[in-house]
Parts: sequence; C-alpha cells; structure tokens
Amino acid sequence: MPVKQPYFSYATPLKPRARGLIIGASSGMGAALAKKLAREGFDLALVARRDGLLSSLCNEINQNGRGRARYYVHNVSDYSIVPDLLRRIVSDLGGLDLVVYAAGVNFAPSLSEYNTENDRQMIEINLIGAFAWLNSVAALFQFAKAGQIVGISSVAGERGRVGNPGYNASKAGLTSYLESLRNRLTSRGVNVLTVKAGFVQTDMLNAAQKVMFPVTAEKAADDIWQAVRARKQEIYMPWFWRWIMFVIRNIPSILFRRMSF
Amino acid sequence: MLNLEEKFVTLENFGHSMQAPAYVFKPTRSEEIVQAFELANKEGLTVTARGAGRSYNDAALNGGGIVLEMSAMNHIVKWDPLTGRVTAEPGVTLEQLWQCVEPDGWWPPVVSGTMYTTLGGCLGANIHGKNNFKEGTIGEHVIEFTAILPTGAEVVCSPQKNADLFYAMISGLGMLGIFTSVTLEMKRIYSGLLEVDARPSHNLHEHMADLLKDAPNYDYIVGWLDATAGGHGLGRGQIHAARYLNEGEDPNPQKTMQLKNQVLPPFIFGVFPKSILHYFMSPFVNNLGTWAVNTGKYVSSLPHHTFRESHAAFHFLLDYIPNWELSYGRGGLIEYQSFVPKETAEAAWEEMIRLSLKRGLPSYLGVTKRHRLDQFLLTHAVDGFSLAMDFKVTNGNRAKLSTMLQEFDRIVLEAGGRFYFAKNSETTPETATRFLGEETIARFKSLKKRCDPKGLLESDLYQRVFGADKI
Repeated sequence: MPVKQPYFSYATPLKPRARGLIIGASSGMGAALAKKLAREGFDLALVARRDGLLSSLCNEINQNGRGRARYYVHNVSDYSIVPDLLRRIVSDLGGLDLVVYAAGVNFAPSLSEYNTENDRQMIEINLIGAFAWLNSVAALFQFAKAGQIVGISSVAGERGRVGNPGYNASKAGLTSYLESLRNRLTSRGVNVLTVKAGFVQTDMLNAAQKVMFPVTAEKAADDIWQAVRARKQEIYMPWFWRWIMFVIRNIPSILFRRMSF
Repeated sequence: MLNLEEKFVTLENFGHSMQAPAYVFKPTRSEEIVQAFELANKEGLTVTARGAGRSYNDAALNGGGIVLEMSAMNHIVKWDPLTGRVTAEPGVTLEQLWQCVEPDGWWPPVVSGTMYTTLGGCLGANIHGKNNFKEGTIGEHVIEFTAILPTGAEVVCSPQKNADLFYAMISGLGMLGIFTSVTLEMKRIYSGLLEVDARPSHNLHEHMADLLKDAPNYDYIVGWLDATAGGHGLGRGQIHAARYLNEGEDPNPQKTMQLKNQVLPPFIFGVFPKSILHYFMSPFVNNLGTWAVNTGKYVSSLPHHTFRESHAAFHFLLDYIPNWELSYGRGGLIEYQSFVPKETAEAAWEEMIRLSLKRGLPSYLGVTKRHRLDQFLLTHAVDGFSLAMDFKVTNGNRAKLSTMLQEFDRIVLEAGGRFYFAKNSETTPETATRFLGEETIARFKSLKKRCDPKGLLESDLYQRVFGADKI
C-alpha cells in the first residue's frame, strides 16, 4: 500500500464519528458521495482501482472535509482478498456504519454487436464484485446487529432493453441481490438501500445512447445521503423515475420488443 | 477453521455513550489468550482485554479489533481465611470476592462504587474506594499477580519481583499484558456493619473543610455534592463518614456478616421492583428534574445522624438501582472526574461548578472523595480530593459540553490536578502529557516496547490518548 496516509481520529462520546466505506470511490457518484459524507462528518475508507484519482480525492477531503479519508487501491474483481482487506479497513476505521457499493462499468455495444468479453467484465465488476464485498460486509453486520448497506443499481435493471443486454443483466442481478440481502438482514438491524439511478452526469454516461433528464453527481449524492439518513430501502434517482419505470415495467412485451430504446 | 466474522459484536461503554464493534473472544485459560495474540498477529489486528465493561469511557473498547472478554476466567482459585489471602482469576468480580470472604470475617480492602467490576479491570485502572486516603488504591493490596505478555511469555510480578512491571501493569490500562491470576490481601472485619455518620454541608467551603478534617478520624469518607445549586448553596451536599466496628462493638457479628444480611433491598418504598425503576427516573434526568430531586435529597439530608449499615449497602451505591445509567436516554452519560491537590481544589471546583451552571450544563451527580499519593506509574493520585461529575449527553449538547470540558481540563491542570483513565472520555493527548509528564509516558512506552514489541495490545483509549506516534 502506497504513501503515508493520516490515521483516523478517535471517537469520544462528545465527538462521535460515523465510519463509512465506499467501493468504487475514484470517480462519478462514488467520489461525489465521498465528498458529501466527509462534509457530514464521516470518516471514510475509499476503495478503487485508480491510484492517482483516489489519492487526490483523499487529499481534497482531508483538506476540506470534517471527516478524514484513507484510500485502498484495489480491483473489485480481485475477489479473494476482499475479506482480508475489509478486516483491515474495519480495524483502521475502528468500526463500520455504512458501506456503499458504487463500483460499476458500462460498455455499450452497438445494436448488432455481441461482445462477451465486455459483458463478462460488467458482470464481474457490477455484480460479482458486489457479491464479494457485500457478502463480507453482511457477514459482519449481521453479528454486529447494526449497519447500513447501499448498493448503486440502476433503472436499467428493471427491463431488458435492446441497448445493452450485459449492463441490464448486471443491474437486474444487483437489484435482486440487494433485495435478498435486505430480506436477510432487516430483522438483524441492518438496513439495505437500493439506489435505482437514472441518468447521472458521470464518465459512465458517455456510454449511454440516449440521455433523459440527467442530474449531476452532486445532486445524486445529496439524494442518497437523504435516503441513508431516513434509512430508506429503495430510491429512484431522481424521484420521478419511479413513475417512468412504473410505466416502462408495464409495457407489454409485444410492444416493448418493437421499441427502439 | 475459525470464523472471525461470527465473533463480531457491537460493544458499548458503561455510560452507553459510545459503541464500537469488535471480534469478541472469551478465553477460559491462559493458552487461549496466547492464541488470541497469535491470531491478532496473523490478521494484523490489535487486542484489548475487557472485564465487566464498567468503564465510563473507551478503556475496554477496541473498534474493529479483538476484544477478550475475561468473564469466563472467573474462578476464585484459593481462599485462606486464616491469612486473608485470596488468589483469583481476573474475571472474578468484586461481588464474587466479597461474597466469598465476608462470611469468614474479611472484606476487600478497596472496592469501587459498584460490585460488578472485575479484578482484572480493577487492577488495569488501579481503582480506589472511599478509603483512598487511608488504604490507597487496590494495587497496594496486591501481593502478586501473573500476566501473559503479547509475546506469549508469562510474568509473575510483585513489589519485590519485576517491580517495574508491577507498578506499571497495575494502572497500565491492560496495555502491557493481560492478568491471568491475582493474589490480594483482604482486610479483617469484626462486624458486617459499618458505623456511618451522615451530616449536611451547606456550601463548598464547608464540604471540603469537613472532608479534610474528618478523613483522619474515619475509615471511609465520601461526599455528595448537589452540583445543580448555585449562589450561597453552591457546593451544598452531604458527607458520609464511616468506620469499621471494633471487636466487641457488634454483639452478633456472625449474624451481620451473613450474606443474607448484606443485600441491597430489591424494592423502593416496598412497591416498585427496582429493575424497572430506571424507566421512572428518565423524566427527571434533565436540568429541572435533577434540581428538584437534588433539592429534596439535600433537605432530607439536613439532620445530622449516625446509623449502622451493612458493608454492601454502604459501598455499592451505584448498584442500588439496576441499569440506572439507562435513565440518561439515548445519548448516554459521561463522567468527568478531576483529582486536585487539597490546596487548590476548592477554588478550581467552584470555578467549574459556576461555569457549568452558567452554561446550563449542570452535573447531575457530584461525588467527592479524599485521596493520597501512590507510586503507580500512570497514577491519578493527588494529596487532595476528587470530584466526579456525571453529564447527560444529547445530540444538542455535545458541542457545548465538549467546549466546557476543555475549559475544565484547563482549570484542573492549572490547579495541578490529574485525571482518571477509567472515567474521563474526553482527555486529550496534550492533557495526559501535562499531568503525567513526558518522562512518565516515555517510561511507560519503553516498558510497552519491551512487553509488547509488535504493539498488539491497543484499546481505543490507548490509541486516543497515547497513540500519537502512530499518526
């Protein structure tokens, strides 16, 4: 692990600290959420693949945020080391209250293209990486009888559309995985929040063929924070996607397969 | 294979004001402590021993690390009623201890205000009782102890053997090794009763003068301060001074020393079961309610009277109402205890009480004691007095309370005072360095390096106050 990083300050009854872990924190919603949570006083462990982006994000947070941040360079498809890395992070943070799985990739094929390699990567990062991290987290939280898990899924998981079969499948899998986690963990005092994101202005948006009502990553981070505070179980982001998706979910297949989006 | 995750438990301090999850193990033998150190070393984790979890702060917490709950090592190994020497495992509570020795005519020489603390915890914090001015801390009654060091080595320490470790591990917050066996000398008693003299004190000056004047004439002395009162009544309260009965004073010592005559009554007013009483207290745990309760208590304490009371009832006031700490609500409580030399204490405390009243943050409980010096390394002792103050923590008062306690620290330090690591939760590294001195801390750290070269023993308290070299 590289360069000297600041250790976290220690909580006291009068200076309590919430402790968060963000996987996929180097850019996009993960990075925006990191800044937001640090402003709200969280101490953060930031995990991502890209060293340079992560270290500059950490520097920014440690200069401006109320909370402190440390980073851990890690490729989420390196599943086998996750339990050890998580143990180290929990030890460094002195506990863990909130985990956000924000890692995700989107390789959009053209309408006649089938690219198994890209699909495999999307499943590995968007879905199996979430299994690796959130399984380990769930195993801890269920015994601690506390904690909150946030998975950044997508409205794309609600129907299989023509545009991106692999991405749709990865997010559909993530959504139903998070639902299962919720059903397992709610009775043990753990809250699981599924964020069904619409279009958020991040690097990933470049892969989208068609963009409707995009919001900034900062706005997305604010919405997620509000949902975390309220211990919600599912949000659409922005909120009106709930109604758009209600309509889309109910389009009969006979029509849906003829549609271009 | 060992599944660490299954051991992950959210632990709290006694005041329910902080939570830290940890991998919790319950060793039953010394070998299991050694195994825990090996596991910690392999996994890159740290270890903290936890007794009964009765510290008001983070002394027995180790967030994200390993916590060894010592409650399963709770056997009294040897009790000799002829010499009064007892050898016990560290998870033995004071309750077990006094209930073992009392029927034979002995009493632990030093006890805390609750009987639920463990011997290991008592030694780690080097607790004192209401007789500190006379009998010193519990460490002064330890004949010998055995401990496991993080290296896996076992050491036996006494004031003669490994004396440097003896005086550092007692008071050492469990950061040098983990006690596995303790031999203590009990105190002979000739009755199950104490003679208690209760008298009011009308203000702080009178209170402190009485503590100073009366201590030499008694075996125990403790004061209650109504810290919600200002003006002329600032520092008003009550003093309880008690003495052992001499041989012959109790006509029937065999009877008064029976355990059934040493119980705390389970009902208040004969009606309310005490186990639910804390629910009824909650509405009063605020500035107005406490002022009313304290005023009532003060008025009822005005008549000077003398009575006989069992040892258990005199000592274990904190156990009268089970779970009383829950009445402080969701934010829990913190305790701020300062130890100030006798020359400067009155002025310092007057300033602190005035400040707390001005800020609208009065202490809901104030307890004073008389102290003397001792020779343990991380000692909190002064030739003077201590004042323990309990504060309710709420979401709204944290910042104000924190600022006020920083000012308290300044006042106490300027008065030449010290702090106690079993109580205060907000002591900063700077404050600790000022009252302990750099030399003492350096000595402790060099012993730590010797006993624990890999730094495996770390509590949240140690990291908070002494962990600066890690940053």
